Amino acid sequence: MNTPINNSIAADMGAAMQDNVSEDQSVVSRRGFLLSSAVAAGGLAIGMYLPSRADARPGMANVMQNAGGEGVFAPNAFVRIAPDDTVTVVIKHIEFGQGPYTGLSTIVAEELDASWSQMRADAAPADADTYKNFAFGTQGTGGSTAIANSYEQMRKAGATARAMLVAAAAERWNVAVSDVSVSNGVVSATANTATFGELAADAMRQNPPKKPTLKDPANFKLIGTNLPKLDSRIKTTGKAIYTLDQYPDNVVTAVIEHAPQFGATLKSFDAAEALKQPGVLAVKAVPQGVAVYAENTAAALKAKQSITASWDSNKAETRSSEQIRADFSKAARKPGLVAVSNGNVDQAINDAANIDKGRTLDVEYFHPFLAHAPMETLDAVIQRQGKNVVSWLGSQFPAADQKAIAKVMGVSPKNVTLNTQFAGGSFGRRAQPGAPFAAEAAEVAKAFGGDRPVKLMWTRDNDIRGGWYRPLTVARLRGAVDASGNITAWDETIATQSITQETGMDSGKQLDPKVVEGSKDLPYGIKNHRVTAHQLNTGVPVLWWRSVGHSHNGYHTETFIDQLLEMAGKDPVAGRMALLGDHERHKGVLQRVADMASWSGTHANDGRMRGVAVHKSFDSYVAQIHEVSIGNDGLPKVHKVWCAVDCGVAVNPNVIAAQMEGGIGYGLSAILYNAVTLQAGGKVLESNFDQYRSLRIHEMPAVETSVIKSAKAPTGVGEPGLPPAGPAMANAWRALTGNAVSSLPFTATANASARRKNTTGASS
Amino acid sequence: MSDNSPTSGKQLVTMTVNGEQTEVAIEPRRVLLDVLRHDVGLTGSKKVCEMGDCGACTVHLDGAPVYSCLVLGIECAGKKVDTIEGLAKGNQLDPIQQAFIDHDAFQCGFCTSGQIMSLKALFEDSPKPSDEQIVTAVSGNLCRCGAYQNIVKAAQAVRDEAKPETRNDD
Ligand code: FES
Ligand code: FES
Repeated sequence: MNTPINNSIAADMGAAMQDNVSEDQSVVSRRGFLLSSAVAAGGLAIGMYLPSRADARPGMANVMQNAGGEGVFAPNAFVRIAPDDTVTVVIKHIEFGQGPYTGLSTIVAEELDASWSQMRADAAPADADTYKNFAFGTQGTGGSTAIANSYEQMRKAGATARAMLVAAAAERWNVAVSDVSVSNGVVSATANTATFGELAADAMRQNPPKKPTLKDPANFKLIGTNLPKLDSRIKTTGKAIYTLDQYPDNVVTAVIEHAPQFGATLKSFDAAEALKQPGVLAVKAVPQGVAVYAENTAAALKAKQSITASWDSNKAETRSSEQIRADFSKAARKPGLVAVSNGNVDQAINDAANIDKGRTLDVEYFHPFLAHAPMETLDAVIQRQGKNVVSWLGSQFPAADQKAIAKVMGVSPKNVTLNTQFAGGSFGRRAQPGAPFAAEAAEVAKAFGGDRPVKLMWTRDNDIRGGWYRPLTVARLRGAVDASGNITAWDETIATQSITQETGMDSGKQLDPKVVEGSKDLPYGIKNHRVTAHQLNTGVPVLWWRSVGHSHNGYHTETFIDQLLEMAGKDPVAGRMALLGDHERHKGVLQRVADMASWSGTHANDGRMRGVAVHKSFDSYVAQIHEVSIGNDGLPKVHKVWCAVDCGVAVNPNVIAAQMEGGIGYGLSAILYNAVTLQAGGKVLESNFDQYRSLRIHEMPAVETSVIKSAKAPTGVGEPGLPPAGPAMANAWRALTGNAVSSLPFTATANASARRKNTTGASS
Repeated sequence: MSDNSPTSGKQLVTMTVNGEQTEVAIEPRRVLLDVLRHDVGLTGSKKVCEMGDCGACTVHLDGAPVYSCLVLGIECAGKKVDTIEGLAKGNQLDPIQQAFIDHDAFQCGFCTSGQIMSLKALFEDSPKPSDEQIVTAVSGNLCRCGAYQNIVKAAQAVRDEAKPETRNDD
């Protein structure tokens, strides 16, 4: 039982319960399986991981005897068709709930004319070139790009395989290629039929077409339908294996104590007490802190508590969030690096002020540091095996992680096997360009020495206090409305920390586009428009957090426009519509959501009010209307959300709806409740879900999602549902209470009772 | 170093895990969750907060749902422990598991075992719970992915399947 095991995934359509998790394998290599793609599976289920030859050992005889034969059709790096008719799609993106296993398999199955029940999915090995994300130029998952960057590639992969199966059939039956048809996993011509598996060996001998013919989207059968997800059965039976679930034989459990402030370093530690405790194996200094090694979690955690460490905080960030906020706020009083400058905002604001002071608006917004807090904290298992290193982790950037592990362990990257695991959420946290966590896990393994597998598990405290946050951001917005109700000026100054500069992806002082995304491209036609930004440093490491710059810019742009429209005497929907000009896709989702909600203004029944927001991110367009009342805790209670999304071709409508709901829940949690607070001296206040709370099931609004029908290439869905959620809710709250919340989260500033207005009934 | 050996201070504990007599030698301070995951090899129950705040570690102890991160392994001596792995009977999924598949009631899947075990306890008590009872039963189960709506739909489907005439949509 206690061996590393890998998931392989089958569609859940068969009546028989196939156990696709092979538990009787020894240490196996995903790379081995994939590189020996031409290896036969014989009677084996294709989803099993065959060991590479190097890993062959006596116990593996059974598996090995089936290897090396003929039979699996591997037309390219992405498709494997086995004699048993299963089609395995090699997925270059990590699955953490956003659905690439199902999505990419759907696209292949579509072009292949496969039956959904024969589809399987499997994680690709670390290989920066073969499995690169076209949006990044290297292997990685993020930016809601999984479907978008893979769409053409997966279509071609499927179409190529189909053409070769057809050629094999034509040859076998001595008919013309044009006489052969494929439907639902069966190849046929005149009276002959064959399954994919029956043709696999012959197909492998065919030449791949230079330019495979792709289907007309009008003829799609699978794309656009709700298919059962490929990872359903193992995730509902407790059999899906995540990094946390890897307990290889003889595993050492490691936990780590990090410095109490960002940038502090270890001076010394005393582990005498800890080392006396039963089950404790070692305590070591590593560059990231103090690592504690034990036989089990309880022993490791207990020992960690009894270590005393002293830290050098000379180079540490010792400012509190409050102080950083003040510094950022000061910067935001003056324009920064220019992203957009049209017309003359100062002039327009002065003009408006001269007519009537009430027609200008000047608001400072505050967005706190936010932790991603995925359900599964960061974790990894790393084992030295002679001159090789084997690792298991939920890697979003496998090639970078592989390189980092190799560097620390002093081996070449090709000697590092990286087994990408399912991950219990990410929201951006596992996408680390410089691979700091993989490096930390490797340091911890290296410091222990020997060849026992070392499993580093972060506690929730490590996670919430571990940095790589959504950057703290201050934005100052000024606007003006002229005498005839036109919005004449929009001046936005953003003070934040650049993620690309923080992660070393960009060392320049140029404007980082992520800092102004969603602001620079404000879709509203406002003549005098200026957006500038200050990229300020803190000692706190920052990272992309679900929807990145849009997470803050979406909030303040969509609440600010709402206030300007009210000053201009315009309806929130009609007013936006009029300003959207030729932004047809923005208008499309806004109109759709207004129709869904039968919008007739902010007013709703039962003491509720409505708010709207529309925002484009990751090339997808989302509009939402939220219906809100005052909850028993004095905070907004969101009852209902209508959501319209235009993300091009809808590959898996059920996944799109789920991602919209997820983005809304995640976004509302943050806007209502969450902040990571640096206290005076720089220590983080929050440490677990009791202080960093999430929306619970009884707080989740009912969400109705509508997907705009489109033939355009698919775009992202993992992130775009989030940016409009906060402002739509906040706009409803302002309508309800008169309270425009500009300092987040709501728990810090919303005061429902103080400015309550217009409530006609009891809230529920 | 003698008291540093992995076997020191352990107690032999026998419990019935998913219907099977299971004997483990464990230190008194170790929680059930870790014993199940590390010693028994049942990793379906997840460790997320270790403080009773998320529900991902939910199992049944003598039929009642508990957070296994808050229960000591030795407290389970002589008791019945049921985990997500014991829910399906052979090839036959529990109706709740099937409903989770049919209604896409998960995303990353990390909270899923806990959600299902909480609902299982509910359905054992009251086969046709109200919507409010459903929500209450899983209100201690966090889902950072926000799969909540489909979790409720899955539970409603189980209820309505059990007794179609009691459908009570909002
Ligand atoms: S791990 Fe037990 S409640 Fe969170
Ligand atoms: S499905 Fe990811 S936490 Fe619930």
